[in-house]
Amino acid sequence: MKFGVVIFPGSNCDHDCYYVVESVLKKPVEFIWHQDTSVKGFDAVILPGGFAYGDYLRTGALAKFSPVMAAVRDFAEKGGLVIGICNGFQILCEAGLLPGALMRNVGMKYVCKFLHLRTETTNTPYSNALAKGQLLHIPIGHGDGNYFAETETLSRIESNDQVVFRYADADGQISRDANPNGSLNNIAGIVNERRNVLGMMPHPDRSSESILGSADGRLIFESIVNTLVAK
Amino acid sequence: MVITDDLLTQHGISESEYARIVGILKREPTLTELGIFSVMWSEHCSYKSSRVHLRRLPTKGPAVLQGPGENAGIIDIGDGLAVAFKIESHNHPSYIEPFQGAATGVGGILRDIFTMGARPIAAMNSLRFGPLDSIQNKRILEGVVGGIAFYGNCFGVPTIGGEVVFSKCYSQNPLVNAFALGIFKKDQIFYGRAHGVGNPVIYVGAKTGRDGIHGATMASAGFGEDAGAKRPNVQIGDPFMEKLLLEACLEAMHKGLIVGIQDMGAAGLTCSGCEMGARAGTGVEMELDNVPQREDAMTAYEIMLSESQERMLLVADRSKEKEVFEVFHKWGLDAVTIGRVTNDGLLRVRHHGEVVAEIPNKALADEGPVYERPMMPPQSTIPAVAAHHPHFDLYSFLDGCEQRTIDAFLNADQNTGGQDYNQLLRLAVRSPNLSSRQWVWEQYDHMVQSNTMLGPGSDAAVIRVKGTGKALTMTLDGPGYRIARHPREGAKLAVAEACRNIVCSGGRPLAATNCLNFGNPEHPEVMWQFSEVVDGMSEACNAFQTPITGGNVSFYNETFGEDIYPTPVIGMVGLIDDLSLVTASAFRDSGDAILLVETVERQVGKVNLDEEKALQRFLSAAIRNKWVKSAHDLSEGGLAVALSECCFSNKDRKAIGASIDVPSHLEVCRDLFGDYTSRIILTTTEPNEIKRAAELAGLNCFQLGTVGGSRLVMNYEGTRAIDFAVDELEADWRQGLPSLL
Repeated sequence: MKFGVVIFPGSNCDHDCYYVVESVLKKPVEFIWHQDTSVKGFDAVILPGGFAYGDYLRTGALAKFSPVMAAVRDFAEKGGLVIGICNGFQILCEAGLLPGALMRNVGMKYVCKFLHLRTETTNTPYSNALAKGQLLHIPIGHGDGNYFAETETLSRIESNDQVVFRYADADGQISRDANPNGSLNNIAGIVNERRNVLGMMPHPDRSSESILGSADGRLIFESIVNTLVAK
Repeated sequence: MVITDDLLTQHGISESEYARIVGILKREPTLTELGIFSVMWSEHCSYKSSRVHLRRLPTKGPAVLQGPGENAGIIDIGDGLAVAFKIESHNHPSYIEPFQGAATGVGGILRDIFTMGARPIAAMNSLRFGPLDSIQNKRILEGVVGGIAFYGNCFGVPTIGGEVVFSKCYSQNPLVNAFALGIFKKDQIFYGRAHGVGNPVIYVGAKTGRDGIHGATMASAGFGEDAGAKRPNVQIGDPFMEKLLLEACLEAMHKGLIVGIQDMGAAGLTCSGCEMGARAGTGVEMELDNVPQREDAMTAYEIMLSESQERMLLVADRSKEKEVFEVFHKWGLDAVTIGRVTNDGLLRVRHHGEVVAEIPNKALADEGPVYERPMMPPQSTIPAVAAHHPHFDLYSFLDGCEQRTIDAFLNADQNTGGQDYNQLLRLAVRSPNLSSRQWVWEQYDHMVQSNTMLGPGSDAAVIRVKGTGKALTMTLDGPGYRIARHPREGAKLAVAEACRNIVCSGGRPLAATNCLNFGNPEHPEVMWQFSEVVDGMSEACNAFQTPITGGNVSFYNETFGEDIYPTPVIGMVGLIDDLSLVTASAFRDSGDAILLVETVERQVGKVNLDEEKALQRFLSAAIRNKWVKSAHDLSEGGLAVALSECCFSNKDRKAIGASIDVPSHLEVCRDLFGDYTSRIILTTTEPNEIKRAAELAGLNCFQLGTVGGSRLVMNYEGTRAIDFAVDELEADWRQGLPSLL
């Protein structure tokens, strides 16, 4: 079992993801340079948070052209596990590996804080260690996390059970007040139709150790480990 | 070119300084040379007014690996690790162009850290603004916070703490002080030294443009009505470029390719070139045609004085030039050899092959003018806001409040009868200087790098150090009002409070950096304040054994002749030896006993250092004994506000109430809200152990009550002075700042 963490120019959660896999999960992990043209030998690929290419044009708009993305696409098409966190989610949407787009937060400001996520499905390689409805205490940190998809796409991902996490209040209610960025249907994380590619705005990499305020994010990584062990 | 009097005035060079320049060169300077002298001998770069005083600060100690004089100070934190840290001001640019001014302030301090080989792992900032009843002050606040967020978030450093203070004196002159801290192995420190005659001098990073020319000179003068016209002097920040520069520099350093390195900050290429030469005792020769340029037809003068951001100058081992290029090209950056290290000690600048400047490095970097400016105590140290009330000092948070809040407190202080203390508490927690700063820090990524244990809003921020089982703790403190009232005592107070914050979080203070923001040094009153502050700070730093390892002086913080409060900001860094000692300020569990521990003598605006040390030693021992569940330093707003803060929700739990009997000494308003020095509240399940230990330490200790319920209740002499649903009080506290925007 080997994890890979992609480094784009401007990635800044690459070391955080690496640390969780190496020191918390205690599993093998290596960095993947964005100009690499292959992800051979990896079982799960993480696109970390950050500001790839400074996010100057549009989040993820330039990163999708990095050579490694062709390899990631190929890997995903063969059923490989790909998880995009924050900027990684934005890149996956831009690259067309996930439906929809992430727009500027409705408040027009970057928001960094702890909040709650409600687990909507356990039928993914990323949530099998969770219970349906389980609340996760997990932080966000983004300026462009406002999930949008056209009505048709939205109803398709909803009916296909592709929404994995929604922003909720501390009691598990999906409310407008609990929505930090204006995302449609409070969507915080989705999988693709084949369910092997996950994108999520909140940071499990920042919430996998209780000394950081929460270890709930670790359950997402452990779900991946479960999946890979079962393979 | 003839050097005229006008030209000298434009360059801020006095007649006697000019005579000195001619003496050094033994000829008239060229225009480029005049420009070079003007920036290097500016107040900002040369510390000409402050140097004689700064010598009195303690700078050495067992943990100090590098004191002042380098890009940042360095201390040993054990485990083979060291941290580099420094604070720097970007006040003038932030007034002219708040967003970019603040952004580039963050960029500059981050470069100071990674130029030494340390990876920045924490940032903080100390901000001061005029009251938010003016649109201009709102615009400055929003711009500054936005600029800090823009730069720090993209770069990927967590902004984990700081201060935001409002007072009238900062209306036309906001203070933006940026702190950064980086970590590295003790044996991998890099210095800004141009060693090795014949080694290549390599320029890396962004191209040079006409932005920021004479930024250092601008920061060395006050603002008049033409401040807007100085906007082109403010640089534009590119945090993505800086992130690439960080990664490329660290990679080149770890590969052993770099001999010396310095960032191009104030005074750009000029400063980095001559300082690296001066420190190594070498010369530096460069050809400006090789400097990557963003604009056409730049003159030598412009290239040498540009303050374009995200640039570094490095000296590489001559056999490894090509490898350096490879690393920087991998990260998509320019890297060009622009010159060589020589043995003649001169900064020799060529443009199109012709020598346009030739000046001894040491003359520029080390032999600038030093002034002993006249000093005189001001006639009064009472700010206008406090002029008519003898007890204003007890409630210093009122500086920055609306008049009706000031009146409400001062009337209550006079005990005119019928006071509604619930209402006073509400006014206090909503007030500009005491309300929650969440609106500010939610815009900062304070969690990236996954180390943040206690973030913004804590007494001191805490980050764990991966791989060690230890944590670093840090805080910024600059009580401007207190220092204006009594510069020497106020400076002691700033150091004492910073140390207290570190101790409350479970740490041991190790060393500090300072950012000394003052008015016009040509005013004798300002120099008196400066000298007093240095003496107070020295006394306190000696007492706590926390040497000053570096920092920054910012003078000329004045507009239309009005000086700001003397506002030295202390950045204190400490170590927590075991993660289990990390202590937060928030109450934890129902039933925990709440205790107030304080020095026997109650003081306002002053500190007895011996008693303060006893208090800190006591708390430190109590935390090590695992008796303490939470600890919070009492400061502005006194006991009532501190208790409220402990009740408010945090990321771990919902708001929780408390029931308190306030010990009565004086008069209810003062006992509730008075800002007395050297006090802490803590919670424990071992109140008797705490009381015994406090008594042994010669401290006063009161068991105030217990944590629990959903209301904050404070009784005073048998009557219920305060009774508040905590979540309502918390809502007031959280809305205070946003409601003013």
